[in-house]
Amino acid sequence: MTHKQWPLWEIFIRGQHGLNHRHVGSLHAPDAEMAINNARDVYTRRKEGVSIWVVPSSEITASSPSEKGPLFDPAESKVYRHPTFFDIPEEVGKM
Amino acid sequence: MTGIAELEAPLADPHLSDEALRPAFFEWLCRMGDSTLILGHRTSEWCGHGPALEEDIALANTALDLIGHTQFWLGLAAEVEGKGRSADQLAYLRDAWHFRNLLLVELPKGDMGQTLVREFLFDAWHHLQLDWLAANSSSPRVREIAAKALKEVSYHLERVCDLVIRLGDGTEESHRRLQDALDRLWPYTGEMFTGDAVDATVAGAGIAPDPASLRPAWDALVDEVLEAATLTRPQTRPDAQKGGRQGRHTEHLGFILAEMQFLQRAYPGATW
Repeated sequence: MTHKQWPLWEIFIRGQHGLNHRHVGSLHAPDAEMAINNARDVYTRRKEGVSIWVVPSSEITASSPSEKGPLFDPAESKVYRHPTFFDIPEEVGKM
Repeated sequence: MTGIAELEAPLADPHLSDEALRPAFFEWLCRMGDSTLILGHRTSEWCGHGPALEEDIALANTALDLIGHTQFWLGLAAEVEGKGRSADQLAYLRDAWHFRNLLLVELPKGDMGQTLVREFLFDAWHHLQLDWLAANSSSPRVREIAAKALKEVSYHLERVCDLVIRLGDGTEESHRRLQDALDRLWPYTGEMFTGDAVDATVAGAGIAPDPASLRPAWDALVDEVLEAATLTRPQTRPDAQKGGRQGRHTEHLGFILAEMQFLQRAYPGATW
């Protein structure tokens, strides 16, 4: 393959003020500024967001699927780790 | 309760009932709407053919924005004309010699270099024009449309400047394609700044700027971007090709209309 591809970027969009940026997908772009432009066109044309983050996909370190057991299995059957045994007063609202 | 009808009630605009102004105002509105319509159509030709998914979507968005502006400009034109025609009828049932778009926008889309350089040269003018109209036009209806369109065109201009700089200052091939496009399109740019009697009447009424008055700011922006893009400003005459705004077109417009107007010509009045 001699066809040159633009690098891949992961796109995070903040839907509204006060919420977190959420991963919405990825796209190709030659640099960060164009990645933001492209994200605006690909992911926010229906007014989905108030802020965009772009991160080079190559900068993301992911956990390995083969590590899944050691990483996550020990949390099984430890329901007491969920704070579901407390009555939350109404006034607290959504947590 | 505030009714929707109340919110959408058209702004009062004394220019709409000014009989003496009517022919020039109508003509000028067609010039605005026809340029955005034809450029919108040209840009939409990339849909499904863009060099990358991201560019494809961005170009389709731009095309849709321009068609949206057309609905406003030609809608107001139809109102000013007062002959019961609609924006659709103006767009789909006029023949080439009644179109008033700039020649620049009807030229074939060419490669991405030509498409982007054309958009850049046009947007640089479009942005200045809308900026003036939104702030200064004596017509409240024109100010309203310009303010809406300005937001979208600010983004078009920003995006296309980014691309022209990157591709001009990119590879040997991308630089060559952009310079070729610039040399080819340059003779069509002067038309944006060449006024006639219609422009003088509309400018006299305070509706629109004298076209020539936008030139210095356009030159400054174009020079700045070309320098950053390592492109050379052509030394050829910028006003060698003109006449579109008076209805004298290149052979390309007929082909665009044949495609764009086919459905309404073959099935008059067809709707979704």
